[in-house]
Amino acid sequence: MTVAAPVETAPPRRAEERRAGPLKRIRRSYDQFWYAWAMCAPVVVILALLVGYPLVLGVMYTFTDATSLNVGHTIGVNHIPDTFSWVGLKTYLDILSGPDNQFWPHFWWTIIWTVSCVTVTVSLGLGLAVLLNRQVRGRAFYRLLLVLPWAVPTFVTIFSWRLMLADDGVLNSLTGAIGLGHISWLSDPFWQKIAAIAVNTWVGVPFMMLSMLGGLQAIPAELYEAAEMDGASAWQRFRHVTLPGLRPVSSTLVLLGIIWTFNQFNVIFLLFGANNSDSVQILVTYSYKLFFGQTPMDYARAATVGVLCLSILVVFTEFYRRWIRRMQGAQA
Amino acid sequence: MSIIPTKPRVRGRRSLLASLGLHGVLALAAFIAAFPVVWVVYISLGAGEFDYQHPQRIAAHPSLSNYSHVLGQTDFLTWLGNSAIVAAGTMVIGVLVSASAGYAVSRIRFLGRGTLMYTFLLTQMFPVAVLMVPLYKILSETGLLDSYLGLILVYCTTAVPYCAWLLKGYFDTIPVDIDEAGRIDGLTPFGTFWRLILPLARPGLAVAAFYTFITAWGEVAFASFFLLSPNKLTLAIGMKQFISQYNSQWNYLAATGVLIAIPAAALFYVVQKNLVTGLTAGGTKG
Repeated sequence: MTVAAPVETAPPRRAEERRAGPLKRIRRSYDQFWYAWAMCAPVVVILALLVGYPLVLGVMYTFTDATSLNVGHTIGVNHIPDTFSWVGLKTYLDILSGPDNQFWPHFWWTIIWTVSCVTVTVSLGLGLAVLLNRQVRGRAFYRLLLVLPWAVPTFVTIFSWRLMLADDGVLNSLTGAIGLGHISWLSDPFWQKIAAIAVNTWVGVPFMMLSMLGGLQAIPAELYEAAEMDGASAWQRFRHVTLPGLRPVSSTLVLLGIIWTFNQFNVIFLLFGANNSDSVQILVTYSYKLFFGQTPMDYARAATVGVLCLSILVVFTEFYRRWIRRMQGAQA
Repeated sequence: MSIIPTKPRVRGRRSLLASLGLHGVLALAAFIAAFPVVWVVYISLGAGEFDYQHPQRIAAHPSLSNYSHVLGQTDFLTWLGNSAIVAAGTMVIGVLVSASAGYAVSRIRFLGRGTLMYTFLLTQMFPVAVLMVPLYKILSETGLLDSYLGLILVYCTTAVPYCAWLLKGYFDTIPVDIDEAGRIDGLTPFGTFWRLILPLARPGLAVAAFYTFITAWGEVAFASFFLLSPNKLTLAIGMKQFISQYNSQWNYLAATGVLIAIPAAALFYVVQKNLVTGLTAGGTKG
């Protein structure tokens, strides 16, 4: 869990190892490396102080019963010291097997949410990128409109979605007009989930589409020409030229998409708020709710859910990278 | 710049039906993409508090009174200023820091390089909730709570690793010969970076700048937690004042939303030509 910790010390420590090597090599490598380290130093310092150190603190809280009442704070000039106590793995056990059993429903919904959002976003992004990569009249115009959701700040567009999804909003007038009746997008547990996935897709497609478009443009046209000469159909060209050509781009995009969606705070928080609608909260917003949604704020449990999220992602990423590497190996 | 956008191939003439289908799909997608944005602009023209429930009334009496109220009667301009400071600060610090790191990672096989790249990826995985409490403590102990700098630094933690990754990919596409030529002409490594490479990396930098700006401009969770005094609120938080438990002034919210979207959209318009090339380089080399 202290994954980021070694990084703070890694470059300098290894620098010393380097210096222990043959003199000539040191001189040459120092000559090459000193400015590399100097250039990375600001990033390393920022990450160490504002990510590494807080992470260590956050992990520490998961082994305590810290709440906003017993964590040290300052009121005016009086400083009240920490009074929380260590409870070991109790918070983890409580959450994973707790009597309220809050964790697992959120967990499964987070998985469904991530898988469906990423699948839909990536396929739509790819589909639109393929269409935009053709010679179409008004290509620039379509592209401009299609990336609009990315250009406008999320909280503004999600606010617009709330207006549209509200009980008397424009989408319900539409479903009413075509005879589908009234849908409680923002309060019915099932439709909340559909709405959340739809809005997140809407928010996420532009980035996927543009990145895929860039990837498509990097595929040499000769490959298509050769495939066409060999009599490959449009589908075969897509399957055997486009998809493999996109793999370097798409494998990164899918990974980032999964990480970002798993941690997607804004969409759910802004669309439904943190306190209502329990069934639509993913782990990240659930953790936020443990923190802000109650008094006293439950630091320990919020941090524990956060650490669990992080662990899931780290384990997943490790497997994913191995899988990609194996696939690339098989391809070569 | 090895990625030269290839011209779309002309593959014979498309049949009329295929052409209609293509335009139909693109038009539908563009409509869905643009509609929520257009809708909020439209609602913002309704003067009455409940006009959003009767959109047809707005067309009959469009009015800019919401805008004049928001601009004149509320703290909107203060929030705008605050957001601008925070977003611009994040953009400048974030791009400088991530560009130099990205350049070093791209050019030099120094020890610790792999670890650093992996850390960039790792920081994308951090859920807000783990860092929230500790960051609050750290900021309050260093006196950075309720300050612009504190918020800027917090935003940099999420934006910088991604941008460093993106820019590393972009620098990879700039030939190393250029660096070597610079060195021969007597430039220091920093001089090479600053005077030769950065100007060439403009598309990549534009995307990074856009990304960092948008990250800070639209952030809600940290801002609502780390900013305390009313005169320091950013737009996303200030806007919440129009919503109370019993009364949501949707008309003002809509107008504020539009006003907030304009600078972001303007910046977007400036960088949009670079978006495809800038993004790709990062993706392919990631």
